[in-house]
Amino acid sequence: MNVILTVDFGSTFTKVAAVCAQSEKIIATAKAFTTIHTDIRHGLDAALAELYRQGGRMAFSQLLAASSAGGGLKMVAVGLVPALTAKAASMAACSAGAKVVKTFAYELSAAEQQEIHDIRPDLILLSGGTDGGNKAVILHNAKKLAEIEGDFSVIIAGNKSVAQAALETLVKGNKAAVICGNVMPAFNTLDIMPAKHAIRDLFMEKIIEAKGLTEASRMMSAPILPTPLAVFEGAELLAKSLGPLLAVDVGGATTDVYSITDGAPTLPGVVQKGLPEPYAKRSVEGDLGMRYSLDALAEAAAHIFPETEDFAHFRARCAADPAYVPQPDSPHARFDATLCAAAVDIATQRHSGRLETTYTPHGKTFYQLGKDLSQIKYVIGIGGAIIYSADPRAVLEKATCPSGGEILKPVSPAFLMDASYIFASAGLLSRVNEPLALKIMEAHITPPPPARP
Amino acid sequence: MNGKTLVMGVIGADVHAIGIKILSHAFGEAGFKTVNLGVMVSQEEFIEAAIETAADAIIVSSLYGHGEMDCRGLREKCDEAGLVGIPLYVGGNLVVGKRNFAEVEKTFLDMGFNRAYPPGTTPETGIADISKDLGVA
Repeated sequence: MNVILTVDFGSTFTKVAAVCAQSEKIIATAKAFTTIHTDIRHGLDAALAELYRQGGRMAFSQLLAASSAGGGLKMVAVGLVPALTAKAASMAACSAGAKVVKTFAYELSAAEQQEIHDIRPDLILLSGGTDGGNKAVILHNAKKLAEIEGDFSVIIAGNKSVAQAALETLVKGNKAAVICGNVMPAFNTLDIMPAKHAIRDLFMEKIIEAKGLTEASRMMSAPILPTPLAVFEGAELLAKSLGPLLAVDVGGATTDVYSITDGAPTLPGVVQKGLPEPYAKRSVEGDLGMRYSLDALAEAAAHIFPETEDFAHFRARCAADPAYVPQPDSPHARFDATLCAAAVDIATQRHSGRLETTYTPHGKTFYQLGKDLSQIKYVIGIGGAIIYSADPRAVLEKATCPSGGEILKPVSPAFLMDASYIFASAGLLSRVNEPLALKIMEAHITPPPPARP
Repeated sequence: MNGKTLVMGVIGADVHAIGIKILSHAFGEAGFKTVNLGVMVSQEEFIEAAIETAADAIIVSSLYGHGEMDCRGLREKCDEAGLVGIPLYVGGNLVVGKRNFAEVEKTFLDMGFNRAYPPGTTPETGIADISKDLGVA
């Protein structure tokens, strides 16, 4: 029997799945607490013990792993103009599976240096200037980054004319730095692949070690990926079968949104403006999380929540215990469902393109900024908050805009959900056996059940 | 190539696409690096593009008669964005009706443009002026 094991070292749980390549089925799945503070292999062993209890003792032909343990891949993006290279840098980092904590533009100030220091990023993506364009700002920012105390690496993805000079400045400040292709080599031309690859390489070289995953990585048949990248690749794979789709993953710390579509205007007479966005786009909202970022989410959703005593109690409980799962159908479960719906609503709104109206001598016309997702056929929910809510469909409906309008969210998609958290696992599998990964996804990505009364 | 970068586009809600393509081509042939923003370009887009590409000048085209309204404040915004003293050029059917061009030119020079051109100006005229102004003639 050819059995492949996928491992996801999460911040809370280490999740394992054993997949049989012959029967194209999942034999068993299991999870145990992640043990990042001792040896991450202890948690893996515990999860495997549980897996064997369910599926019997088995040998694996391949072991594949993704990790978001230790806060995942924390990044800061730095660019010149907010709507241009700063945005391009942020999109590149997101597409590599990073959590982009903040994006900075123009010359970094002393206060921003302090802010970056306090964020304690693993990696910084430094861009600025088209090739042959502005040189001063990226050089200034390289100098400012070199001055910041911290154990981070810098990827230089800006104006090629001064990339070497920026590198030398950083190396002089004892910072590890690498150069890759410009994220915006020419005006409004996005080229995120070189940065994406540089981030992946540094993740393998540095972050794996920094997060205590070196020993675990030696057990694996392939390099460990950042979990969001594995999920992203799962979404791209599924789009090969279903066509354009939108996926939303509401987690404890962030809400991630993935759109796989070109996002070109679908309405006549609409003019596309702004930086083009990638066909496969990931965005991550660090202020929309169900536990670690609950305060920020509650603030963003303040219009829905009156500040009652019950809600304050719920928040205190979540703060004390981020692994807290309320009893089904309890008042706290209803808070969770409402917050989750708000996270889906806001995160998909930020991810989607929008129309802006303008009046010309020929009458009203529209600019489109970002991707038009209105005609997307499938919206997929990922993550416990969606899956375990009493009515997952109602939560996912927040990702849509049935009446159309300025926000270019999907208008009337079908809903699916990843009830067994198979996206990351399938993304890993797709690297070694794409047809198998697709079979597994097709079997496990299913329509949401009817609402519980 | 003469090493000079020009950002150009059609300002406001104007959708006249052909002229700017011809200008971009002509300036490119004359040795400039051109960054053509196309039609319906806002003042902010001109400025952002000029910052990222370290442009040596901005060329604004307007064909639909609303140029005066669309161009007002561009110089001040450039100053604010750190593009102090960047040469600004404008040309096309800048105003509605039959106004004397000397008067129109004065309006645009007062707004902070370095040069303004009437309808029917050939690309060669602009190329000669701008080459001279940027020291690459």
